Amino acid sequence: MDYQYIGKSIPKVDSAQKATGTAQYINDLSFPNMLWGKVLRSIYPHAEIVHIDKSKAERLPGVKAIITAQDIPDGLYGPFIKDEPVLARGKVRYIGEPVAAVAAIDRETAEEAIQLVEVEYDELPSVFDPLEAMKSDAPLIHEDLSSYFCIFPAVQEGNVCSRTTFVEGDIQQGFKEAGLIVEETFRTHMQHQSYMEPSGAIALIDPSGKIIIHSSTQGIFITQSRVSESLKIPMSKIRVIAPNVGGGFGGKIETNVQPICVALAQKTGLPIKVVLTREEEFTAGRPRHPTTIWGKLGLKKDGTFVAKEMINIFDTGAYSDDGPGVTGFGSLMARGPYRIPNLKIVGNCVYTNKVKSGAFRGFGNPQTGFASESLIDMAAKELNMDPLDLRLKNALVPGDHSVGKQTIHSVGIMECLKKAAEALEWKQKKGKCRGRGIAAVNHISGLLTVSAFVRINEDGTISLHVGTMDIGQGSDTILTQIVAEELGVPLEDINLISRDTDAAPYTWATSASRLTYTGGNAVRLATIDAREQLLELASKQLDENKDDLMIQNKKIFVKWDPEKGLTFHQLGAISCWVKGGPIVGKSSFMVETPPFDRSGFSGFPFGTMTGYIFAAQAVEVEVDVETGKVKMIQCASAHDVGHAIHPQNVEGQIEGGFVQGLGYALTEEIVFDGGKVINPSFADYKIPMAMDIPPITPIIVEAYDETGPYGAKGLGEPGLVGVAPAIANAIYDAIGVRIKDLPITPEKVLDAIKGKKVTIPWTDIWKKNF
Amino acid sequence: MVKQEIQLDVNGKSYSISVFPQETLLEVLRENLGLIGTKEGCSEGECGVCTVLLDGLPVRSCLLLAVDVRGGKITTIEGLSEKGVLHPIQKAFIEHGAIQCGFCTPGMILSAKALLDGNPFPSEEEIRIGLSGNLCRCTGYIKIFKAVQGAAL
Repeated sequence: MDYQYIGKSIPKVDSAQKATGTAQYINDLSFPNMLWGKVLRSIYPHAEIVHIDKSKAERLPGVKAIITAQDIPDGLYGPFIKDEPVLARGKVRYIGEPVAAVAAIDRETAEEAIQLVEVEYDELPSVFDPLEAMKSDAPLIHEDLSSYFCIFPAVQEGNVCSRTTFVEGDIQQGFKEAGLIVEETFRTHMQHQSYMEPSGAIALIDPSGKIIIHSSTQGIFITQSRVSESLKIPMSKIRVIAPNVGGGFGGKIETNVQPICVALAQKTGLPIKVVLTREEEFTAGRPRHPTTIWGKLGLKKDGTFVAKEMINIFDTGAYSDDGPGVTGFGSLMARGPYRIPNLKIVGNCVYTNKVKSGAFRGFGNPQTGFASESLIDMAAKELNMDPLDLRLKNALVPGDHSVGKQTIHSVGIMECLKKAAEALEWKQKKGKCRGRGIAAVNHISGLLTVSAFVRINEDGTISLHVGTMDIGQGSDTILTQIVAEELGVPLEDINLISRDTDAAPYTWATSASRLTYTGGNAVRLATIDAREQLLELASKQLDENKDDLMIQNKKIFVKWDPEKGLTFHQLGAISCWVKGGPIVGKSSFMVETPPFDRSGFSGFPFGTMTGYIFAAQAVEVEVDVETGKVKMIQCASAHDVGHAIHPQNVEGQIEGGFVQGLGYALTEEIVFDGGKVINPSFADYKIPMAMDIPPITPIIVEAYDETGPYGAKGLGEPGLVGVAPAIANAIYDAIGVRIKDLPITPEKVLDAIKGKKVTIPWTDIWKKNF
Repeated sequence: MVKQEIQLDVNGKSYSISVFPQETLLEVLRENLGLIGTKEGCSEGECGVCTVLLDGLPVRSCLLLAVDVRGGKITTIEGLSEKGVLHPIQKAFIEHGAIQCGFCTPGMILSAKALLDGNPFPSEEEIRIGLSGNLCRCTGYIKIFKAVQGAAL
């Protein structure tokens, strides 16, 4: 099919303003009489708050307000379990938890005032290891867990705030049929999103009393909702506007400083800005969950997968945040893009006295994927099979099922695997200490809702109202391309109105790789609705049959008589002033999908999801056996995106995801001493730099999905997911040692070469019958 | 602390401003001159998003005191395009898809300018070295390398 805009790598609609430095981010905004807010954070991982003395701070000139939990409503918030207060109430649960907040005339005064607030604590026993936190005698972090409001029927026990289980087939029988069983325990670490722009917000109150929040966020409606529930303010009194957002990767879906900002604005009546320091980002952000994962894979001697069992322990830190979702989704994806008839996956989301973890590109999938894809290579070794062939033998084909028995029609995993391997000349001979590794990924992109209005202005230009957030991934461009395609109008005729809860219809966040698939569907359907209304109006005005009309160059005319027609300008004006009323096409989209067969599910925190997407990452590494350093020689990342609406942007997502995965695999780790983060800076937390980038071949696979806009599926997350296991597998291929513990530092590689065993404690937990 | 009157040459214009001795160039550019194209990412000289050019060389404006750059010629991202016409490096960044969230972009473009001004035809290795002080979390750098190569051609 020939498209005018779809499939074309046009310059992104927001690039010029970003290239010239005129794009505005949260810290670039200011308002008259604006105050700076600053948060006082807990210095203990678990302690009762005995007393807070604000008097010294209040006497500091320039201080306008100091608030603690006593000064604000007692609402609790969170996406799955409402367990988190805006400011610590009664006790603190991690080092870095907000305890009080100050508003002052400038940043320096606010920082000085925070030092003057005196908090008396009574320290409580803490627990940092989720395996210890699961023991019956562990200190309870949330005594009131059972009374919290949950949005799903959560299975809870002690510090386990959510346990999700998936059972299919007969796991015992499956393992009986297996000719080979591999079993191993893996551990993954805490990674920070490290978007370049620190999180922040500005809150002010307009003359009508409405609260206006300028929020660096991935979801304006999520900011609205969390502020509403935590501070008990009706959503109708909250307007959220987002400026440009300097990256998010999941970390800016939920709120951070927004409710605090609002509380300070209410207290002072003045605009308040709070922007986190980089240290606060690392110590009090929302990083990726560390996990401990036990997995067991059963295969027939010919390599056919017959059974898999996994127990996943996700360390969610002091608050659940997106933890139940991450645990549930990571566990749902733990089967991988393979047929495995007998399955038992248990995910435990466990509180500890550390910074809360949350959403981060991959959403649990990188953790379970590391374990799953490592197990497959361990099995390939035992069977003396090529790991690529073993994957291809078991990979899903169209018509196969997801966990939960949804039929998947569009499946490009075979092609992803083959093309990624081909790019590395998989079967060719390798040099000394060099090895190749591959990993397959499955993910979803159809989740929750997007709504869109497409309005024809009286001059025939177009307004697209949609509540999506472009945080750099390119959705503003993709959605504009879709409107342009369906109406045949130039891009500059389209006014995208997306970042204002007062102007855009409801959309859930920029998350779950969903804006091209779910958002694209909504915008396409709304545009088609508007187009049909335009045609109806033209048909009436011209007194011609609608089917005899066509659209070209912003004009609707009779197919065989181009002179007989009306321009969009004329039609827009007629609709607004003469007949029919303004044309507004609309769509409220939530993907229609056969429901999950939930007979084997318990504690699953989602309703429906679909839009399955696939990817494979392949790498060649060279290991220095003297130093343990892993050098990336070449890499390939193949993605089944259904149909690339903007190929250059697809490549950008593939490359960016891969490099973030490289950091996850090799260099990045938030390191703790007890509950304290000891490397909260880019000097000590190493994200990949320009010098670290290996050759990466991005490969676009297009297994058309008839449920997606123009056949397109999502893309954002899977680029990261398979990188770590592909590297671990390549290291094994190179030097015969298996790294089970991320990140893969030179020390761990050297220890493994020396035969040092990594022991993961409390293994009796794996014997527990969940 | 007493404010001092200083002259700053920014993007070819001379400014007379009074600053505290502890104020950084970043603060003065953003808050006194309203040049918000220079971003603040870590305030510790680690991420490079606040990069500006001082006498043609890339510097981290968060680590420099405004009083210390008197007499120097400062170029910020606002000084790159002329009368609305984008600089070839800016055009190349757009054309090659080297911009995602855009927060690192001004600093990255200025580092690229310093590199290309000194070495009009850099190798890929030289581009990597030239940009090694600027972190980017979105793009994986590859399209940025291509943009710089494209701007050099």
